[in-house]
Amino acid sequence: MAAQPEPKPGHRQAGEILLKVENVDLAFGGVRALREVSFEVRRQQIFAIIGPNGAGKSSMLNCINGFYHPNSGTIAYKGAPRKRMRPYQAATQGIARTFQNIALFKGMSTLDNIMTGRHLKAKATLLENAIWFGRAQREEMEHRKFCEGIIDFLEIQQHRKTPVGTLPYGLQKRVELGRALAAEPELLLLDEPMAGMNLEEKQDMARFILDVNDEFGMTICLIEHDMAVVMDLSDHIVVLDHGEKIGEGSPEEVSSNPRVIEAYLGTSEEEGA
Amino acid sequence: MLYRESGQFKTTYAADQAILPIKQDLYFVILAILIAVAIPFFVSNYVIQALLLPFLIYSLAAIGLNILVGYCGQISLGTGGFMAVGAFAAWNLMARIPDMPPLVAFILAGLIAAGAGILFGLPALRIKGFYLAVTTLAAQFFLIWLLQRPWFVGYSPTGVISAQTIEILGWRVDTPVDRYLFALAVLIVMALVAKNLVRSATGRKWMAIRDMDVAAEIIGIRPMITKLKAFAVSSFFVGIAGVLWAYLYLGQLEAEAFDIYTSFDVLFMVIIGGLGSILGSFLGAAFVVIVPILLNVIPGALGLPLGTAMISYIEIFIFGSLIIFFLIVEPHGLARLWSIAKQKLRLWPFPY
Amino acid sequence: MPIELSFFLEVLVGGLLAGMMYSLVALGFVLIFKASGIFNFAQAAMVLFAAMFIAGMHQRYGVPFWLAIPLTIVLMIGVAWIIERVVLRPLVNQEPIIMFMSTIGIFFALIGFAEMIWGSRSRSLDIGIPQDPIFVGDMLFQSYDLVAGGIALVLVLLLALFAQRTRMGRVLRAVADDHQAAQAVGIRLSTVWVVVWSIAGFVAVVAGVVWGGNLGVQPVMVDVAFKALPVLLLGGLTSIHGAIIAGLIIGAGESLAEVYLGPIIGGGIDNWFAYVIAMAFMVYRPEGMFGEKIIERI
Repeated sequence: MAAQPEPKPGHRQAGEILLKVENVDLAFGGVRALREVSFEVRRQQIFAIIGPNGAGKSSMLNCINGFYHPNSGTIAYKGAPRKRMRPYQAATQGIARTFQNIALFKGMSTLDNIMTGRHLKAKATLLENAIWFGRAQREEMEHRKFCEGIIDFLEIQQHRKTPVGTLPYGLQKRVELGRALAAEPELLLLDEPMAGMNLEEKQDMARFILDVNDEFGMTICLIEHDMAVVMDLSDHIVVLDHGEKIGEGSPEEVSSNPRVIEAYLGTSEEEGA
Repeated sequence: MLYRESGQFKTTYAADQAILPIKQDLYFVILAILIAVAIPFFVSNYVIQALLLPFLIYSLAAIGLNILVGYCGQISLGTGGFMAVGAFAAWNLMARIPDMPPLVAFILAGLIAAGAGILFGLPALRIKGFYLAVTTLAAQFFLIWLLQRPWFVGYSPTGVISAQTIEILGWRVDTPVDRYLFALAVLIVMALVAKNLVRSATGRKWMAIRDMDVAAEIIGIRPMITKLKAFAVSSFFVGIAGVLWAYLYLGQLEAEAFDIYTSFDVLFMVIIGGLGSILGSFLGAAFVVIVPILLNVIPGALGLPLGTAMISYIEIFIFGSLIIFFLIVEPHGLARLWSIAKQKLRLWPFPY
Repeated sequence: MPIELSFFLEVLVGGLLAGMMYSLVALGFVLIFKASGIFNFAQAAMVLFAAMFIAGMHQRYGVPFWLAIPLTIVLMIGVAWIIERVVLRPLVNQEPIIMFMSTIGIFFALIGFAEMIWGSRSRSLDIGIPQDPIFVGDMLFQSYDLVAGGIALVLVLLLALFAQRTRMGRVLRAVADDHQAAQAVGIRLSTVWVVVWSIAGFVAVVAGVVWGGNLGVQPVMVDVAFKALPVLLLGGLTSIHGAIIAGLIIGAGESLAEVYLGPIIGGGIDNWFAYVIAMAFMVYRPEGMFGEKIIERI
């Protein structure tokens, strides 16, 4: 149990390859957002993608969950290279994510938001739901129970029935994590989970991320700006700059990589947000 | 302190997920249903015909449209068209298939309307928002045109046909009281179905698409299927409302009776009553039915009798203004005002 | 010229002239959409509203047209100002779909208001455009259609020039690109909105006079003006030349369909033809013929 953020020993890097990104290229019109990016995410890892603004981090995440389609290169998940796909198919394969700008369902309560994350596990049909009987009701209770577990884990019990739009920012981020967890994903993508948080909220979020990784054995791939957090949390880091991979390795290796230092120092005034 | 929920603890998730988890609400609904059943025996046939029946049928249509607009976030201006499909499907089924039981015909008619809903919902595959709203006008204008073709009206020269009498297990639904009770029964069953749907996984998917369709797709909700289900269910409700409108209220069928202004009326009920609220659909329907009557009565009582034409102009103006008012001030409509009133009742008569 | 061909050309030209009017009304939409991102459902009601005031003033109080028309234009500017104050300003930054529904409210408020003053009976509005048949070779045209099409064409070109060439046009485009950035460089949003809604009101006056002169001023006019909606979708919401071309296509298409398809599947096709064409095309290309591609972001 690693409840405190601290550098990980190397033993957890031994998992098999879950996601393999090879020579991925992505362009919007004339702008190349990603150039020949390759890396591997192994099971049980906390994997981080870092880089200055506009380095292509979010684009990379969007490619992984099928929202963008790479112009060339392959992304193989669980050993199977993927064809052109819709984002919902990534979810069915066991990939869940959170968003840089919170993408919660604003009209719904915390509980309902987290329950939507469960829906891939729901089998009841429209007609069964219409009469609220048998499987529909049974499933609803099972999912409720599971989601209550997540609500306890994330310590948001008192906000269960609050419309999420009225929650403070830090809590909304938590609810979003809860919604992703509800799907019981194998790969969890976190897009700047701590952006805009104060120190205390960051510590809470770091604790949740480590616990998720430890207790549920979920593989985590995250993007984050806060270097201290990334260095503390991650097992393995990829550094992007202008769509290109400029460094990769353990936190120690990355922080001593001269290209990485140059990229960060050179653009440090653009950091933030 | 009339409306006090403290002391009511739920010990199971089932109790907490019930439709009416608070006792006072349950009592209120039971009381409302009892009154609804009793009321036709105490009022004149005119009140039933002019007030109660339109209220029930509009409520059903509003629930249907609210599923699409309020829960799934897809605006439709084709409600009148789908109502007409329901009504004409029922008539043709009963006219062309011998010994067709009316209830079966009505349900099939609802399903046919649902099919039409799916067909005209297909553009939702590619477009959304007001783009989709305008293409639903295609449904409105095309369907009404189609249903005026001679085949659909049994080659009636005037284009108007009279509805067959409804007889269910020996019960002839004929007098205003009968028709009222039949409509009420249909409405109660279907409102329950709607409530079940919107509180289930199906409803959550609809709301997810409404609130943020891109995020919904990324957590694994298939936008197309989800939207089409909303179109189908909504059109089923609306289609049944069309059947009731033709068979119980008008007594005859005429495609023109379901013109674009019917679509707007139902949309008004949904906006005024409250987007995304089943209760709001009832409140909105009541409002739209009652306001013209008030406009008839109040100026007269104040000594300013207005002509019927003037009343209808004022009505149009008031509804237009109210739509703007509610969108600005209270997008959740009358239903939200109701829940604010309940909040106040929780403490009443104490100020805090 | 063979009789079939000249008949075809007659129908085609008649349709194109009617289409010019659709283009004109659609341009009112495009300007509002470009400047505010609002899909103005009330445009059709503005046409009827303007026509009712002109015809009403003329018939009931004997106001001559040369006075009634400018008065109505001033009135439309007042309406634009009220709409900006009462509806748009409180709803600024709301979701587009809420704005859209509020314009449905404006639609009914305008029609209800006009009917409270003028009633709903049909009125004629004859400003003296000749109604004579004109023969070109074997082909028969209505002089009214030619004059109306000509007026619409001139206005369409003027509006297109206004949007592309003038300072106000540039301001409109800046606002369309980014509300906040436009405000930051000192553009007053409310002024811009009043201006575009006034222009839309002016377009409505012209369309109201021209259509009213032909069909009479009556509630059915709204149905005709509604057809600017599918024209708009077909052309692309943000494209001025899109609105013009789509108007011509729809105008010609529905006349030809009514004449050649009508006898086969039944008359009255022009009630829905425009909508079904627009719907089918948007399934193929959601942004319309010339609209800006919709890029989804997350």
